[in-house]
Amino acid sequence: MKLNLLAVFAGVYLVVLYAPIVLLPLFAFNSGSVIAFPLRGFTTEWFGLLLDTPALHAATLNSLIIAISTAIFSTILGLFAARAATRYGFPGKGGIVGFIMLPLVLPEVIVAISLLIVLMQLGLNSGTWSIIAGHTLICTPFAIAILQGSFANMDRSLEEAAVDLGETPWSTFRLITLPLVAPGIVASLLICFIISLDEFIIAFFLSGNSPTLPVYLWSLLRFPAQLPMVMALGTILVLLSVLLLVLAETFRRRGLRRAGLKDTGGFL
Amino acid sequence: MGEVAGIGKLMRSEAGKGLTLISPTFVYALLLLAAPLAMILLLSFWTQEFLTIVRDFQLGNYQEALSDPIYTALMLRSLRISATVTLVTVVLAFPVAYYISFHVRHERKSLWLFLITIPFWTSYLIRVFLWRVILAYDGPVNSGLLALGVIDEPLGWILYNANSVVITLAHAYAPFAILPIFVVLEKIDRSLLEAARDLGESRAMAFLRVTLPLAMPGVLAAVLIVFIPTVGDYVTPQLVGGSGGLMIANNIHAQIFAFNNRPMGATLAVLAMLIVAMTLLWGISRLRFWLWLADRMGGGMRGGAIALGAAVAEIAAIRVAFSAAPGLVGPEAAIIGLLLIVSAGSALILTRVPKGRWGI
Repeated sequence: MKLNLLAVFAGVYLVVLYAPIVLLPLFAFNSGSVIAFPLRGFTTEWFGLLLDTPALHAATLNSLIIAISTAIFSTILGLFAARAATRYGFPGKGGIVGFIMLPLVLPEVIVAISLLIVLMQLGLNSGTWSIIAGHTLICTPFAIAILQGSFANMDRSLEEAAVDLGETPWSTFRLITLPLVAPGIVASLLICFIISLDEFIIAFFLSGNSPTLPVYLWSLLRFPAQLPMVMALGTILVLLSVLLLVLAETFRRRGLRRAGLKDTGGFL
Repeated sequence: MGEVAGIGKLMRSEAGKGLTLISPTFVYALLLLAAPLAMILLLSFWTQEFLTIVRDFQLGNYQEALSDPIYTALMLRSLRISATVTLVTVVLAFPVAYYISFHVRHERKSLWLFLITIPFWTSYLIRVFLWRVILAYDGPVNSGLLALGVIDEPLGWILYNANSVVITLAHAYAPFAILPIFVVLEKIDRSLLEAARDLGESRAMAFLRVTLPLAMPGVLAAVLIVFIPTVGDYVTPQLVGGSGGLMIANNIHAQIFAFNNRPMGATLAVLAMLIVAMTLLWGISRLRFWLWLADRMGGGMRGGAIALGAAVAEIAAIRVAFSAAPGLVGPEAAIIGLLLIVSAGSALILTRVPKGRWGI
């Protein structure tokens, strides 16, 4: 009886968790221009509208540039830190790693305002590059968490064997380590890309005249007439995120299999 | 020469290699996190006249922030909303984490975790906005309840106030609470539970005396990971909070962009961080103290009652002090003094009272 109750609770929990997202396509394909029930009829008009909005295309391009750069930079910084943290012991390790992971728990608004104020005090214009810098800061902890898993799962004796057989440290890294952690790297790139693409606060504070996709979306939310289009855009964004996530998860599992381990859980 | 050789030797040692390897990431974090945080701390002691920053060290911003009822009310509301969100999120998350860890077959666990994390990865803005649709006057919740005959007219109190902020944030932070709890539950040695059952504990007692204490570190991690970011949330209060649900982040944004008062924005940011840290310190230290007291007083109902009494007494005393002291010594002195006293108590407890069997 107790078990059943728990299962029912978990089921209901899952349904509530997905409730908002399920509404998204309902309104995206609804022909009524007001976001409310009852639904009117089926239309793809709002998706068509997306194609005719140049400002949206500019914001999308901006977001893609930011997300791709962020993914690459955070994964590189994550590789350094994750390798150092799993392979070596050094003084102050806990403090250093803890500090690097801090953005994970710090409210984003604090990160955003402090970056903005520094830029303002230095007399610099904020913009695309400053958003990339901020996103890299908050994505690096995620990259480290993923990559640390990959490095920790790797069998160290493989590297030792390569060194014993005459490989240099660099060629060992390139020929042995890198292929073994490659799935983790791909997963990290994808996760950082998703986070950066969806991130709003830092972009909102720093975007200046070139909005990212979420910042542009935010500006649309004020106009009721634009809301059906927002729903259509949201549907696409959610689909894209889920697709990338499934891809990242597939790579993560492949990495685990390559390391000869059983799957024990998800991200984070 | 000797120095150079020394550095070379250090670089080749294990510790040196580790430090060298982590330095790019560490330096990046120092430049983009530590330096900017130091900058806002500095700025909070300056003032701004029109567009120029006056670089004279003064405490005026803090005086204003602590004496103006607008700011103190905002801080208190942010703390109250976040505390409620944290409580709701963790209490609802625990059974789910427990179910996945103890009742779901091993091969299925990662699928469950994956399903729970997916909504977290989808656009935050869109999810918050959808709650506005769901809770709206003519939204699915109201029309559903009307159709079922539960209510006669749409509920007005579920949107554009603190309630809707709590609902939306609790939904958004659900995965953050489930994952840390799940991780500690997975680590619990199942034979301990069998031993408890073999020694005659009921299922409920085995849960209370074995599972729950061992799961506490995960619960604590969940509390931290939900409480800290929610205090500084901007989007949710702005979209679903109305005027009665605005939080500190909204004011920080307004200070910088609308009122062009950067020093005040910086001051509020610093204060928010300080108050969050103090609140957490208070919560953790008191929880440790009350649990310790309950065990010390013989445990069971009696110990529990005494600990509960101590908790209620302290909270009541703090409330009285915070409402009475400003009239006696002025608002800034009262708030600063009381925060110092309460924090000193937290520090004392954390250093003197040992970590108990609850792992807190």
